[in-house]
Amino acid sequence: MLEWRRRREPSTAMLYLSPLIAIGLTMLMGTIVFTAMGYDGLTAVYDFFLLPLLEPQRWPDLGVKAAPLIMIALGLAIGFRANVWNIGAEGQYIMGAIAGTGVALATYEMSGWWILPMMALAGVLGGMAWAAIPAFLRTRLQVSEILTSLMLTYVAIQALYYLVRGPWKDPDGFNFPQTRMFTPDQTLPIVIPESLVHLGIPAALLIALVAWLVLEKTTAGFAVKVVGLAPAAARHGGFSAERTTWITMLTGGGLAGLAGIFEAAGPFGQLTPQFPVGYGFTAIIVAFLGRLHPLGIVFGGIVLAATYVGGEIAQTTVRLPQAATGMFQALLLFFLLATNVLIAYRIGLRAKPAKAAP
Amino acid sequence: MTDAILVSIIMTLVASSTPILLAALGELVVEKSGVLNLGVEGMMLCGAVAGFAVAFSTGSVALGLIAAVLAGIATSMVFAVLTLSLTANQVATGLALTIFGIGASSLIGAGFVGKTIERLGPVFPAALSEHPWLRAIFGHDIVVYLSLALVIGVGWFLSRTRPGLILRAVGENDASAHAIGYPVIAIRYAAVAFGGALAGLGGAYFSLALTPMWADRLTAGRGWIALALVVFSAWKPGRLLLGAYLFGAVMTFELQAKAAGISWIAPEVLAMAPYLATIAVLTMMSLGRKTGRLDAPACLGKPFSAS
Repeated sequence: MLEWRRRREPSTAMLYLSPLIAIGLTMLMGTIVFTAMGYDGLTAVYDFFLLPLLEPQRWPDLGVKAAPLIMIALGLAIGFRANVWNIGAEGQYIMGAIAGTGVALATYEMSGWWILPMMALAGVLGGMAWAAIPAFLRTRLQVSEILTSLMLTYVAIQALYYLVRGPWKDPDGFNFPQTRMFTPDQTLPIVIPESLVHLGIPAALLIALVAWLVLEKTTAGFAVKVVGLAPAAARHGGFSAERTTWITMLTGGGLAGLAGIFEAAGPFGQLTPQFPVGYGFTAIIVAFLGRLHPLGIVFGGIVLAATYVGGEIAQTTVRLPQAATGMFQALLLFFLLATNVLIAYRIGLRAKPAKAAP
Repeated sequence: MTDAILVSIIMTLVASSTPILLAALGELVVEKSGVLNLGVEGMMLCGAVAGFAVAFSTGSVALGLIAAVLAGIATSMVFAVLTLSLTANQVATGLALTIFGIGASSLIGAGFVGKTIERLGPVFPAALSEHPWLRAIFGHDIVVYLSLALVIGVGWFLSRTRPGLILRAVGENDASAHAIGYPVIAIRYAAVAFGGALAGLGGAYFSLALTPMWADRLTAGRGWIALALVVFSAWKPGRLLLGAYLFGAVMTFELQAKAAGISWIAPEVLAMAPYLATIAVLTMMSLGRKTGRLDAPACLGKPFSAS
């Protein structure tokens, strides 16, 4: 009989291998499922997972999709390490975009270099404010931040709809539900000329670097790691669980809000009802794929960005429906969680119990 | 307000509350066994799409309901294997299940958008529903009565039967239960399957009785509200029934307000009502208690390993 046997110490090899095994298994599963559904399985999986990574002309696309994912996931990861489950990143992302757009609409007639930074700041504050609600409810009233942050996401979506259909509707927009287009002063600058590579991409990488430095080299980072692994020890060491909740939720909200306004001021150029694309949820997968580590998250963000870009490619080449993307991202998370077990456990044979002497 | 209008409001109330009641009741049993399955929304969507697909293809709503239950169980088993046999983190796995359910149901349901089927009808003969007030009692479909019977059944099972006691023991102290010799993992598997079955059924109620049609993300977050309801109910089925109908009332209010064309509240603000109400309810519950989560099963969310 096979059984799981605990390893004497966690396997470092598996720590790095398991995400790769998970990706491999997802690709295998993908081929099987796509073929079963009547599509050309191998081409579909190739277009989906590998093509975006192999064709250099797709890389700017990858960067554009990866930037918000990385930013949000960095914020989520420090929370997850501390057992603070911020599931409402999508709502904080939307609120950040709304706050930044508010600044944009208010400064519509003005010009100046200070407008874009103001919008970014508003985005961060908007996301933080939205995350403060679940943080407050958790620290003061022990209400689950999972439920409250998630409920607030739905509220944020409705708030977005209300604004773009009502008070913020573009007066010159032929009555379409959308805000005005942002002016050049309000748009994220492109850093590589003649491409899609906007400021958000290097920003995301910079934040990842900072996060890594904070996590590895500062006391605060150490506190975050310990609070999640051994809460009682952490308390004994003076790290307050409440302060950790606040810091992680606000960081998560702030980064999600920043990602939100960057998306609005960059690829979107305005706010529309289609703005919530689900980056806040996909970022959860990115965080886990990256093992909650800033550098891993950059890797994870690129992989998941590839599935977005690949999904679009596969739509045209193999006619794969758009919904397949979401399902496969979740499948990746499943396999990730499954292969995690290989780090702490290994398969062994259960020895037959010795028969007692008669 | 005439009798007929009042009764029609009651019918809407019951119909809105039933799916949440079912999903929440299933999750209550799961959590009582010590497992936290956040994938309710995903399981409901899988049940909804499976139910609709089968009902549309076979013409039988009954087969659709069965398919939904099976779909719910199947998806819950993915969660069970990951968390119970592979000791994966329950929060992350539940979230993965939700995201997966949203994607898979959208994929499978793509071919069924816009199609219609015959709605699940009342189970009692029409003669009993002639008078408006009789209709309020006898005019419901079978799933409604089943949901009410399940509330009673689950309550009785948990508090008055030996298997129910064992399940509760597994949720309160899995190590002791294991020491006594109860199969902790097997019991949790069964509980998770039950939760999946009911979530699938609740989801199918949307696509077979409420609307009845399939659309992307048909359940619109009701699965999450069901999870909140379990907390609100302090893991007691009777309170769960009350909570489910309270939420049904909020949603009915939203529908009625939209229908009445109340113009001073924007429809989007009205749509926020169920979600804000959930937060309000969770907050109020915790206000009335010195340490929150007093009634939660002690082992909720913690993985169990026999070694």
